[in-house]
Amino acid sequence: MPTGVPIEFSGLTKRFGSVAAVSDLTFTVEPGQVTGFLGPNGAGKTTTLRMLLGLVQPSAGSASFGGTAYAKLDSPLSTVGASLEAASFHPGRSARNHLAVYAQAAGLPKTAPDAALEKVGLAGYANRRVGGYSLGMRQRLGLAFALLGDPGVLVLDEPINGLDPEGIKWIRLLLRAMAAEGRTVLISSHLLSEVQQTVDEVVIISHGTLVHRGELSTLDTSDTKQVQVNAADRDRLAEILREAGYTVSNLRSGVLVDNAEAGEIGRLAFDAGIPLTGLSQKRTGLEESFLTLVGEEGSL
Amino acid sequence: MSLVHTVRSETTKITSTRLWWVLALIMVGYVGLCAGGLGAIFGGLGTNTTGPVLPDAQIPLLIYSFATSVGYVFPVLFGALAVTSEFRFQSLTPTFLAIPRRGVVLTGKLITLFLAGAGFGVLALIASMGAGAAVLAGFGIDPLLGDPDTWAFVGRSLLAMALWAAIGVGLGTLVPSQVAAIVIVLAFTQFVEPLLRLGSTITDWSAQIGQFLPGSASDALVGSSIYTAMSGTTSVALEWWQGGLVLAAIAAVATLIGSATSWRRDVS
Ligand SMILES: Nc1ncnc2c1ncn2[C@@H]1O[C@H](COP(=O)(O)OP(=O)(O)OP(=O)(O)O)[C@@H](O)[C@H]1O
Ligand SMILES: [Mg+2]
Repeated sequence: MPTGVPIEFSGLTKRFGSVAAVSDLTFTVEPGQVTGFLGPNGAGKTTTLRMLLGLVQPSAGSASFGGTAYAKLDSPLSTVGASLEAASFHPGRSARNHLAVYAQAAGLPKTAPDAALEKVGLAGYANRRVGGYSLGMRQRLGLAFALLGDPGVLVLDEPINGLDPEGIKWIRLLLRAMAAEGRTVLISSHLLSEVQQTVDEVVIISHGTLVHRGELSTLDTSDTKQVQVNAADRDRLAEILREAGYTVSNLRSGVLVDNAEAGEIGRLAFDAGIPLTGLSQKRTGLEESFLTLVGEEGSL
Repeated sequence: MSLVHTVRSETTKITSTRLWWVLALIMVGYVGLCAGGLGAIFGGLGTNTTGPVLPDAQIPLLIYSFATSVGYVFPVLFGALAVTSEFRFQSLTPTFLAIPRRGVVLTGKLITLFLAGAGFGVLALIASMGAGAAVLAGFGIDPLLGDPDTWAFVGRSLLAMALWAAIGVGLGTLVPSQVAAIVIVLAFTQFVEPLLRLGSTITDWSAQIGQFLPGSASDALVGSSIYTAMSGTTSVALEWWQGGLVLAAIAAVATLIGSATSWRRDVS
């Protein structure tokens, strides 16, 4: 089982003429967890990842995989699997040949392309020209390229873009499983909500500068914890909760309880003999904190 | 080691899309038609006894040399497209991810396309010699297929086609825009260079320069061509090996400049 190495960014900077796309980024991405690399459109995520992968020359600073720059890795595809947002394939080539081209370049076994297509669920489309692929299929093909060398590190730019709900669930489980195996997983997104259920850690940039990093929970700075709960007899439920001293408001599908823990609300309903049809803790703070961090004018 | 991998990968790249056989098909048809057509003209002239333009012994190679004199544009295009399509479809990203040493990738491409150019040469010669020899034999002219000179000519033609594909690679790195590269190849080979070659024969000093034009150098390498036959005086021409060196130098200089410019740039 390949294990991950940390990804280290050190003072990474990129200027395009007068535009400072990335400014002095320094952080480390640890193995064994999924790290979300977040920021609004144009924040510099893709530029940062391209510098990490040796595709774009930094203006200053460096990035490495356990101390080794990408270009110096002995077997890059078996160490780092990467997929970038741009559709990088010849439309006239079949998916199997597309992967075979790079498997041969990296000296991987002949079985690698089919194994990778199998993992992303494209085995049935292996001989079809990639030009006819749908957006989601292209996204999966990009992921198959990343998985080609069974690498210990995954670097994925916007991997969830274009996937259907089933696909999102699938990639979430896949990435979590890979992190659980000890691999390093770094995924970028411009939407916190898109990766919220996938990532352990977040690194947030805005205008090319690091604005926050830490565990996902550290982002939830709001002190009002809310619970959404529902029952067939909604009125009675609300009454019980008010009697217990909670502030309750009506929603379209249930009632919202301020300053509450889901477990406590469930127990109250159980004691009162009210069968619940829904119960969930709401983390309203996350998205708001994200927007505050990246600034009002954070988006383009 | 990784150069072997690169060549293998580049070979899969050029064989896994339709381009090679579309170009090869057009080339074979075009070359075969020219060779067969001219063979028929010479054959007809010979039997009409109106006086052959050339001695019979020179006719076969002249006809076979259509493989290079009209066929060379195909390996150039193929070489150029092998590079420009990487820029166009942004496949440099996965290519450089698999092999981050860009110089190795370009060297592998050059070797692969050199060999592919020779492959185009094989097909072009099959077309020109197949059609030409059949027509000549039909008119009772010896197609000289057993002559060692013919087979030396074949070897030099294969080298010429291989070098033309390498020139295409160099051009592709110099002009990464696919459309621009195609326009340049077609305009130069079909229009600009034939005019320059014709013009250069007017004075002695310009003929000295004209022999270094890539098409002239290629004809010198091959040793026979419809162009040199038409312009009459073949007094000013490079030795065959000098012609080969001129083509190799053009390929090397173009690729070196390209490798230091477009090939080094940020891939985004
Ligand atoms: N090749 C380039 N030339 C000039 N400017 C560039 C280039 N590439 C990126 N930029 C600029 O750098 C900034 C960061 O772009 P980047 O693509 O890294 O953002 P991003 O965070 O990936 O955005 P998105 O969420 O839209 O993908 C933008 O202002 C962009 O216009
Ligand atoms: Mg981006």
